[in-house]
Amino acid sequence: MSLKARIATLFEEPACPTNREKSDTVRRKGCSKPLTPGAAAGGCAFDGAKIVLQPVTDVAHLVHGPLACEGNSWDNRHAASSGSDLWRKSFTTDLTELDIVMGNGEKKLFKAIRTIVERHDPPAVFVYSTCVTALIGDDIAAVCKRAGERFGRPVVPVDAPGFVGSKNLGNRLAGQTLLDHVVGSIEPDDVTPYDVNILGEYNLVGEFWFVKPLLEELGIRLRAVIPGDARYHDIATAHRAKANMMVCSSALINLARGMQERWGIPYFEGSFYGISDTSAAIRGICRLLVEEGAPADLLDRAETLIAREEAIAWQRIAPLKSRLTGKRVLLNTGGVKSWSMVDALQEAGMEVIRTSIKKSTDEDKARALAALKDEKHLFDRLAPREIYRMLVDGEADIMLSGSRTQFIALKAKTPWLDVNQERHHPYAGYEGIVELLKRIDLAVNSPVFPALRMPAPWDEAGRLLASPDIPTEVTHSFRKFASGALEDSDDC
Amino acid sequence: MPLNEARSLSTNPLKSSQPLGAAYAFLGIEGAMPLLHGSQGCTAFALVLFVRHFKETIPIQTTAMNEVSTVLGGADHLEEAIINIRTRANPKLIGVCTTALVETRGEDFAADLAAIRSRRADELGDCRVVLAGTPDFKGSIEEGWSAAVTAMIETLTRPTTRRDSERVVVLAPSHCTVGDIETVRQTVEAFRLEAVILPDISGSLDGTVPDRWIPSAYGGTPVADIENLGAACHCIALGEHMRHPAEALRRKTGLAFTLFPTLTGLAASDRLVTLLARLSGRPVPASIRCHRSQLQDAMLDGHFHFGGRKIAVAAEPDLLYQMASFFTEMGAEVPVAIASTPDNPILDAVPAEVMVGDLGDLEERAAGVDLLVSHAHGRQASERLGIPLFRVGFPIFDRLGAQHRRSALYEGTRDLIFEVANTLIAADHHHVTPESLNPLRNREMLHDSRPSPEPRRH
Repeated sequence: MSLKARIATLFEEPACPTNREKSDTVRRKGCSKPLTPGAAAGGCAFDGAKIVLQPVTDVAHLVHGPLACEGNSWDNRHAASSGSDLWRKSFTTDLTELDIVMGNGEKKLFKAIRTIVERHDPPAVFVYSTCVTALIGDDIAAVCKRAGERFGRPVVPVDAPGFVGSKNLGNRLAGQTLLDHVVGSIEPDDVTPYDVNILGEYNLVGEFWFVKPLLEELGIRLRAVIPGDARYHDIATAHRAKANMMVCSSALINLARGMQERWGIPYFEGSFYGISDTSAAIRGICRLLVEEGAPADLLDRAETLIAREEAIAWQRIAPLKSRLTGKRVLLNTGGVKSWSMVDALQEAGMEVIRTSIKKSTDEDKARALAALKDEKHLFDRLAPREIYRMLVDGEADIMLSGSRTQFIALKAKTPWLDVNQERHHPYAGYEGIVELLKRIDLAVNSPVFPALRMPAPWDEAGRLLASPDIPTEVTHSFRKFASGALEDSDDC
Repeated sequence: MPLNEARSLSTNPLKSSQPLGAAYAFLGIEGAMPLLHGSQGCTAFALVLFVRHFKETIPIQTTAMNEVSTVLGGADHLEEAIINIRTRANPKLIGVCTTALVETRGEDFAADLAAIRSRRADELGDCRVVLAGTPDFKGSIEEGWSAAVTAMIETLTRPTTRRDSERVVVLAPSHCTVGDIETVRQTVEAFRLEAVILPDISGSLDGTVPDRWIPSAYGGTPVADIENLGAACHCIALGEHMRHPAEALRRKTGLAFTLFPTLTGLAASDRLVTLLARLSGRPVPASIRCHRSQLQDAMLDGHFHFGGRKIAVAAEPDLLYQMASFFTEMGAEVPVAIASTPDNPILDAVPAEVMVGDLGDLEERAAGVDLLVSHAHGRQASERLGIPLFRVGFPIFDRLGAQHRRSALYEGTRDLIFEVANTLIAADHHHVTPESLNPLRNREMLHDSRPSPEPRRH
């Protein structure tokens, strides 16, 4: 299928909540709003595809293009691996001017795949196209096919050059790639009635490991977590799971629906951020498994575990209360996180003054509204200048957001915590929310901020604000000076 | 403060001896030769430690007390040493530092020196001799340094009531590096004031390469400046251990002083800059305001790496105060604070529970902290505990450039934040594993005692 046709299919994704609201004709036009030159921000489709696939740990990720695509972006995320670290190694064909002019791209790509296979012997190679190689017409699908036959392993073309659209489209192209080339390519021999996949979980900073032991305690078997800490074999056999949970709603929806369509695997959307959400996610997994034939006692065991874990979490949050009560939070992330953390923040005594509902679905918006009671606490987009003003005016004690808006808070001398993908601390599950509150405590109560907010003792021209105690002539007079104001400062 | 009274053993000493501190101070005087009055080993050990720290030739001499002079009295050795040094090295100043050996014997060094000065006046010429009583059995580097500076002021500085409104005296503490002193001088000069810094190791121990052989200390505070020290508009004493010298100067010349317990941190830097603006009557220059803003940004960027971290500090009292205050101001905790000596009143102000002890105490108590802070001998504890060591103070013999690292004022604090944060980032090699994050691990211990997972390296 051509790239154009595949993108068209993605636009018609019936499970997409945005699409559901559209009429047929509108849907066919696609959802990539044309970007405004000079006023666009955010990643391209290549970026989106790479983000989704890169955490697959034992695969070699080879970027076919000139240096910038890979060279300027590698090793920038903190997904964690329990095994291979091949995924962190950066591979690119680094096309030169001569390669492009002479049409050496395909040959170079084939040789690059050969070198990777010889040096690292990965179970599979993912080959990413980029703008330039798509433009000059390198047929990466053909090269991958031949290399796959030649080297006896899957070589998967990821056809998502940057110019086709936004990061989100790239996410979906990546999901489509997995569906077309990987999922279902290996038949497992160890299927159980408790097999589930988690889709759209990235295992950032290893945070899914806060959740995994709980599921395992219930006897649930994680067939594949895609892509976090996934291995090629896990994904290739994922079609034999009994249920899918989809974590980040917009990114891998087509993968979830495709698996339902092809293999009849039911899915639900959920999140591991926040206490009630983690509980709901565990319940959701168990419910689907039972519906698919697992013994019904799973539901009761899940309730016992949920009750136990929630109690421990609330118990651990209690001592943080005195340090967090009354602190006002500006939640500027969007999506699921616009509401999923709110109950834990509120339980710790904090007040969420505003939450962003950008990238949120209608359901997200409804839940955010339910948590915060009033429309006025929701906002779609705030200009950086307005956020800065709010923070300088002291309308919030801390902002939780992604690193893009980090410096608005810091330059406003306001505590800030990263809750998006570039963060360095794990926040998933019950354990994660306690960790989040601990991190908020450290940030919001850091002595650095009161010190920074103390104004300099001089004005903008450097003139001292308090009138100088020592007139110039005093410095010439020993007697006056010895009894002068500075003498008082001896004991400081 | 808990002082281990029953201690009969010091394991991995934190202290360096007092005469070493005094000799160090004399090395900050132009054309000076420190002379340790004791057996030659006292000098040799100090010399080797100085050389290891500074990677420079260090002029330092000994009276080479032997068995006979130890029994009969060391005055002859002192006299012979002074005259020999005068003849061979022609220094402008000889700084006599007594040691435990001669102090235990108990002689009247001041009288002996007075006799030598008058008897050998012709040979001595303009070479000044200063005596600092610095037995090894008391104090540490800071006390020795303070004693030497006090002795220089008492011996050399002329009583005066003359004031020079453009000059400021800065009494520098033993933990000021060459880099710190240069920063202080630039800050004072930015207000178009002249800084007379005593002692000034920035000229003598700054790692430059002179184009001829100089057997005594070069650079440093000129003796003439010490003589005229009173002719200034104010004295700035840095560190509690410089209170004695500052008081000596005030007694002799009436020059008022302001004592800054530390120059590290935003508030401390603001105080000094405010004082300079007052003394000079000039506005704060743009360059200094820019440095202040850079420090603010360093604090913002750096605080993520300090918040909630546990730091164990072992140092001389004033340096301990400086470092513990710095870490506390950045949001870290200092659960272990070990001072080398008990007498400095600044210890009461250290924002931590202070214990007087050694690096053995540090090692015993530091398990589980994120960072050790001490001089280079802390490396053994660091290796055994697997905790990174941030080197401060003296000696630092296993890293280069110790004399140029800074911690004073806006620029120094900014550098310090970055250095410490980088040390912590580099040490974060404990990648998370499924085991380290498993919420079911150690369930029997109650959870809040569990440490947070290590943050991931960038």
